[in-house]
Amino acid sequence: MSKDKSEYLINRKDNQYEVVIGLEVHAQVTSESKLFSTSSTKFGAEPNTQVSLVDAALPGMLPVINEYCVKQAIKTGIGLKAKINKRSVFDRKNYFYADLPQGYQISQFKDPIVGEGKVILDMPDGQKEVGIERLHLEQDAGKSIHDLDPKNTFVDLNRSGVALMEIVSKPDLRSPDEVNAYVKKLRSIMRYLGTCDGNMQEGSLRADVNVSVRKKGTKEFGTRCEIKNVNSIKFMQMAIEYEANRQVDLIEDGHSIDQETRLFDTKKNETRSMRSKEDAHDYRYFPDPDLLPLEVSDDFIEKLKLEIPELPDEKKKRFIEKFKLSPYEATILVSDNETSNYFENVIKKSDVKLATNWIIGELFAALNEKNLEITESPISAGNLSKLINLIKDGTISGKIAKTVFEHMMEGDKDPKKIVEEKGLKQESDPKALEALIDKVIDDNREKATEYKSGKVKLFGFFVGQVMKVSGGKANPQLVNEILKKKL
Amino acid sequence: MSEITKQSLSELIKNIKDKKLSSTEVTKAFVERSEKSKKLNAYVTEDFSAAIDKAKKFDENPNLDLKLPGIPMAVKDLFCTKNVKTTAGSKILNNFIPTYESTVTQNIWNEGAILLGKLNCDEFAMGSSNETSFFGCVQNPIDKDLVPGGSSGGSSSAVAAQLTPITVGTDTGGSIRQPASFTGIVGLKPTYGSCSRYGIVAFASSLDQAGPMAQNVRDCALLHEVISSYDEKDSTSIDFKRNNYVKELTNNIKGKKIGIPKEYRVDAMPKEIEDLWKKGIDYVKDCGAEIIDISLPHTNYALPTYYIVAPAEASSNLARYDGVKYGFRADGENLIDMYEKTRSEGFGAEVQRRIMIGTYVLSSGYYDAYYLKAQKVRKLIKNDFDEAYKKVDAILTPSTPSSAFKIGEKTNDPVSMYLNDIFTVPVNLAGLPGISIPAGHDAKGYPLGLQIIGKAFDEQNLLNIAYAMEEKINFKNKITDWWIK
Repeated sequence: MSKDKSEYLINRKDNQYEVVIGLEVHAQVTSESKLFSTSSTKFGAEPNTQVSLVDAALPGMLPVINEYCVKQAIKTGIGLKAKINKRSVFDRKNYFYADLPQGYQISQFKDPIVGEGKVILDMPDGQKEVGIERLHLEQDAGKSIHDLDPKNTFVDLNRSGVALMEIVSKPDLRSPDEVNAYVKKLRSIMRYLGTCDGNMQEGSLRADVNVSVRKKGTKEFGTRCEIKNVNSIKFMQMAIEYEANRQVDLIEDGHSIDQETRLFDTKKNETRSMRSKEDAHDYRYFPDPDLLPLEVSDDFIEKLKLEIPELPDEKKKRFIEKFKLSPYEATILVSDNETSNYFENVIKKSDVKLATNWIIGELFAALNEKNLEITESPISAGNLSKLINLIKDGTISGKIAKTVFEHMMEGDKDPKKIVEEKGLKQESDPKALEALIDKVIDDNREKATEYKSGKVKLFGFFVGQVMKVSGGKANPQLVNEILKKKL
Repeated sequence: MSEITKQSLSELIKNIKDKKLSSTEVTKAFVERSEKSKKLNAYVTEDFSAAIDKAKKFDENPNLDLKLPGIPMAVKDLFCTKNVKTTAGSKILNNFIPTYESTVTQNIWNEGAILLGKLNCDEFAMGSSNETSFFGCVQNPIDKDLVPGGSSGGSSSAVAAQLTPITVGTDTGGSIRQPASFTGIVGLKPTYGSCSRYGIVAFASSLDQAGPMAQNVRDCALLHEVISSYDEKDSTSIDFKRNNYVKELTNNIKGKKIGIPKEYRVDAMPKEIEDLWKKGIDYVKDCGAEIIDISLPHTNYALPTYYIVAPAEASSNLARYDGVKYGFRADGENLIDMYEKTRSEGFGAEVQRRIMIGTYVLSSGYYDAYYLKAQKVRKLIKNDFDEAYKKVDAILTPSTPSSAFKIGEKTNDPVSMYLNDIFTVPVNLAGLPGISIPAGHDAKGYPLGLQIIGKAFDEQNLLNIAYAMEEKINFKNKITDWWIK
């Protein structure tokens, strides 16, 4: 494996292989009810309690499009800077399975609701644009549960008919890291828009991953394999890594790649063949005669554009320009709406530079350790802002602030109170400091002489001693000044 | 007053409103006659005692402002009826009891009508003779061992034999008009989008349409008025201004332009049909309407187009009958085996044939050559009508190329069976309204029908022309009650 200039290549003998990846992300539309019925979409309900006559495909039942889901798909399209198709068509994808009550999935085949768009990735070596091929709306299937009974399979239709957006990327991704950045960015955009909660544990975001390899420098794509239904970014990365190496090994051994659908076994960390191209289903797509073509007006789209919030790319630009943040800092802070909101709340009343460092540094580390989201942070934006102001006005030192911060993590207490209660206020009285310093110099006569004779490095030693004696409360700046004079 | 079951719907309503008859009396009369008519095999499910109970209840506090006050009515077994078994004429739904009601039947009950039972039909409405029903053939009351037409064969038989004063059928390629023609009654296929498809077991979604079958045009207009409604639960339902079809019914069609399409003079058309058509033209002229020769050039392609589009949609619509959720299930070694056995045993031969055709024409590699091409031809057929309607208000054709045939006569010749729908199928492909009215008898004394095809949403004009012609034709159905003796 080589990471030459952050390029992801697979090396074998004299050959270097580039990996080409395209993703079909299935994102559950945030919506109270399903795509073609009024059943609830709430996660975690008892099996088969959110199933209407339409979802269970009873005779004579007909689908009726949920306008809210259409709006959500269009908003997502706008967020992906994509072409919105004013006319789109729902097709039936026909296949038999126990958790597919209709015997077909209603999807969009030839005429999707959203066309070409793009997503900008912030990679360590700069920005990268990933093309979006299309976005279409489709129904989710139910869930087959094979492990509850030794002989029978149980079917839960709660998910049956839930609206999904399938977002198909162009084969523009070249490494597991880019896949990571791409999925995160897509998730971030949809969370900003409120069109998909991006919750991978609950299956709101899954992907089919298309992987092929080619010798570096070749223009033509290799034969691809599709890895079905991978439900975490980590698994996507592992699957790609395994699959790309598998393909390279085959080529190196003089074999060719069979176009096929594969499954990723997360326990064994390997992909396995599910079905070959020859065994591929003939889905017999045709326009669903129960639904008329979906037509939306310019006015409808324009109104939705007004509902689009500031998205991560624009917010990042604003943070850099207005708050003078580095691109790195801005990227982190805009990664999700909650974080950027938190940040903007903190800096309402405190220093931007300090706030940035404290959020990206201390706060993220602490939250990470406790496995908390920013929305669950024990420290409110207001109190973090107060803490920063205590540092800024010299009431406490940065070091003491860390102690205060730790106390704050235990519960959202006002940092001023913590400072008072624990007696952590910084000692900034020059007279008191002078007395302290005099004592330290007195206790270390020899070292003071050495310093005066030119061993200036010892200055740090004295600062350390003063801080130690003061219990860390001495104002470091004043200590510096007085020490210089006294020595 | 004549015998209750011999009265038309309009007469019965008048007598109930005038309190000369109670709903109980009327309901009992139709129940009794239905009980005596089991030989016809018109019913799949009888709901007679419940019907009499409902009639008694109606009489306790009769709401005479309703359009169908206390009128008993049997309906085609393709309409889902709440808590009453709904089979679609198939073994695969033999045990299926819906928990919901179709919009069309709900509209009917909302106007005070009472369900008598469910009427036999071809399996999933696929057939032209009612011979594909899992529940056996239906006898045509016109003569023994004569088919009543299909797929609404139980419905046409029941209305002609006076087992129900009126009924609703469904028409995908002629399933209301052809059986109406075979039994000497009136049958209307409304414009696609007039009547909701919600709760009707689907055959071919882009063609299916419910419609009334009655003894006369006025009754037909009344039931159409009741069942035609915009329904949000059906995305293909159309929100247009609906008429008061009965109130606006008139026999004054002076100056209306009626088109005669030359392409409907098919090869080997029996002379009787040709003569009937000529007579029809004379009647129309008598009414003061003008006859205009027109051309519908793509008529020849209608039947093949229909037999691609309808099976394609059916193959997908019938995928839900898989033994998993409801209906018949055969035991199998595994899921696939269970599917295969369930569907092989649950569906009859004609349904399987159409599923196979539909699956084939949608298959990758054949889709463009069949399904896509058929959709293009369908558009051309619709364009033909659009062109014609620039010159005429309605079109007059025979309803069928022959009178009713004997049971078993065409069973082994599906193509000859399909040819029965040659005049009705183009109307479904174009989404237009069409009505069949009884217009004469052939040499055997079997009824023959004429079809009037209207402009989309122009049912009023269609009904008016039918109403005016009906008066001139003065058709009398020859029902001998042969099955009762």
